Amino acid sequence: MVPEILRRLMATIPVMGVVAIAVFALLHLTPGDPAVIIAGDYATTEDIARIRQRLGLDQPLITQLGLWIGRVLRGDLGTSIFSGLPVTTLIGQRAEATIGLTVLAMLISVGLGVPLGVLAAWRKGSWVDRLVMVFAVSGFSMPVFWLGFLLVYVFAISAHWLPVQGYRPLGDGLWPFLRHLILPAVTLSVIYMALIARMTRASMLGVLAEDYVRTAFAKGLAPRSVLVRHALKNASLPVVTIIGIGFALLIGGAVVTESVFALPGLGRLTVDAIIKRDYPVIQGVILLVSAVYVVINLVVDLLYVILDPRIRY
Amino acid sequence: MAVVTPAERRVALEGAAQGAGAAETVRRALVRHPTFLLGLVVLAVVVLSGALAPVWWTGDPLEMKPAERLQRPSAGHWFGSDNFGRDIYTRTLYGARISLAVGGAVAVMSLVLGTALGLVIGFYRRLDMVMMRVMDGLMAIPAILLALALMALMKASVQNVIIALVIPEIPRVARLVRASVLSLREHLMVEGARALGVRTPRILVRYILPALVAPLVVQGTYICASAILFEAYLSFLGAGTPPFIPSWGNIMAEGRAYVQLAFWIILFPGLFLAATVLAINLVGDGLRDLLDVR
Repeated sequence: MVPEILRRLMATIPVMGVVAIAVFALLHLTPGDPAVIIAGDYATTEDIARIRQRLGLDQPLITQLGLWIGRVLRGDLGTSIFSGLPVTTLIGQRAEATIGLTVLAMLISVGLGVPLGVLAAWRKGSWVDRLVMVFAVSGFSMPVFWLGFLLVYVFAISAHWLPVQGYRPLGDGLWPFLRHLILPAVTLSVIYMALIARMTRASMLGVLAEDYVRTAFAKGLAPRSVLVRHALKNASLPVVTIIGIGFALLIGGAVVTESVFALPGLGRLTVDAIIKRDYPVIQGVILLVSAVYVVINLVVDLLYVILDPRIRY
Repeated sequence: MAVVTPAERRVALEGAAQGAGAAETVRRALVRHPTFLLGLVVLAVVVLSGALAPVWWTGDPLEMKPAERLQRPSAGHWFGSDNFGRDIYTRTLYGARISLAVGGAVAVMSLVLGTALGLVIGFYRRLDMVMMRVMDGLMAIPAILLALALMALMKASVQNVIIALVIPEIPRVARLVRASVLSLREHLMVEGARALGVRTPRILVRYILPALVAPLVVQGTYICASAILFEAYLSFLGAGTPPFIPSWGNIMAEGRAYVQLAFWIILFPGLFLAATVLAINLVGDGLRDLLDVR
């Protein structure tokens, strides 16, 4: 098992290498002088020269790439042009809100999406199944920010149950923290939940047709026990995969959700950086988020080995 | 249609055996997939309302009437008016044009470029190893972040939004095409063609490409749906279609300051956006079943 895990670990290195080069290249592939673009419309010649020198844009391209990769490997993501703070510091300040939001959304979507999928597969063709499928297709098509505003309108503006927007750090206590994250997390979870419910249903349908499931039902086991212990356990691999792949969806949704609910997270940091053309910040966030995505999918692949001993790399 | 997929051939044969015409086959397919029909109808409504926007009792989407600002939906303003007194109904119908144009253009361009790349990678094995690692790396960057970063470097315009949305899709299409090419190149007909001395480019175009049409059409509908969503996200975040153009994302971005006062500014364009994306996804699901993809 160990050599397989090692081989899988090694395979992430070229992927991360490509990500690092792509993020570096972003700045250079576009037509025009990056220093001029970053400086904006009202910059003086001195501003442009200063930015060019500060970002090392006056060096040969290959030297710049080498320096960039070297810095990234040392954990240095550069300095924000706008605030002058190290990008890693900025990311550190904003990480809590995004982690809270995505983890909560992931818990909600797995916690509801998997049971919905199991239920739909068990009662295939019934109204429950139809309802779940309608939810799965429409949830997947839902514009995240529009859903956010609908929820805000119903639960915050009309009913006054939850705050309209804003954020309280975990340090202020668990309840204020959660209260501000409930609406954003529910908003964000819908797309992901739809995806998980659909995949769970499809995977369960395959397993429920197996002989051993029929045997388990025939010998009089409680349906819940058959569904969970016999069927779901064997149907879980594709579901785990989609949870990993869908993470990209979750991060994309988080960028938009944070904007709707004014959460001070990485998404807001990125959007603000994009409007100010603060390129080191944009590059840092993209690199970090992509790395998290790669790691999550690595963990999913490794889980495969544990969940299904037949699988070998 | 130049290409007949196995599923179509089967349906056609069944139809012919029972003495039914093509119209009958199509009719039965639609009855068996009511959601496909629903998707087509909704999509047709959106296309017609956007394409013929001036006909549907709209006004000028840019005209400001300060005296009529923030009015609730009424006979004068069916969907209400915004903070400049612009008519939301008019702006929503005109917004359909941007969304559909972006969705269609992104789908077509991603398919063309991704297919070309996938065919080359799939057939020239020496490229495969390196190119697939590059594709994996590019796909590890969440599409919306990549699109946002690209928009930060380009001027805000509809054309650049399309470019920013096509680039993240290319590796995904290329991957799909490459996988199909790898299984098709072992196919007997390809071996036969090779034995007859047919050259690689011709094999790609005459033997491989036709078999890819069905999966690509299905993939194209999904790309179109997600591109329409992403255009709205980019515009909403202020990094998409220039603010003076009434796209659904822009209308909603301007309405966010008035959520408590004038919810209709967000409600109606969002309703159109959700319905359009849903309709295209339903059409995609229907096509997948009808064309027997996977």
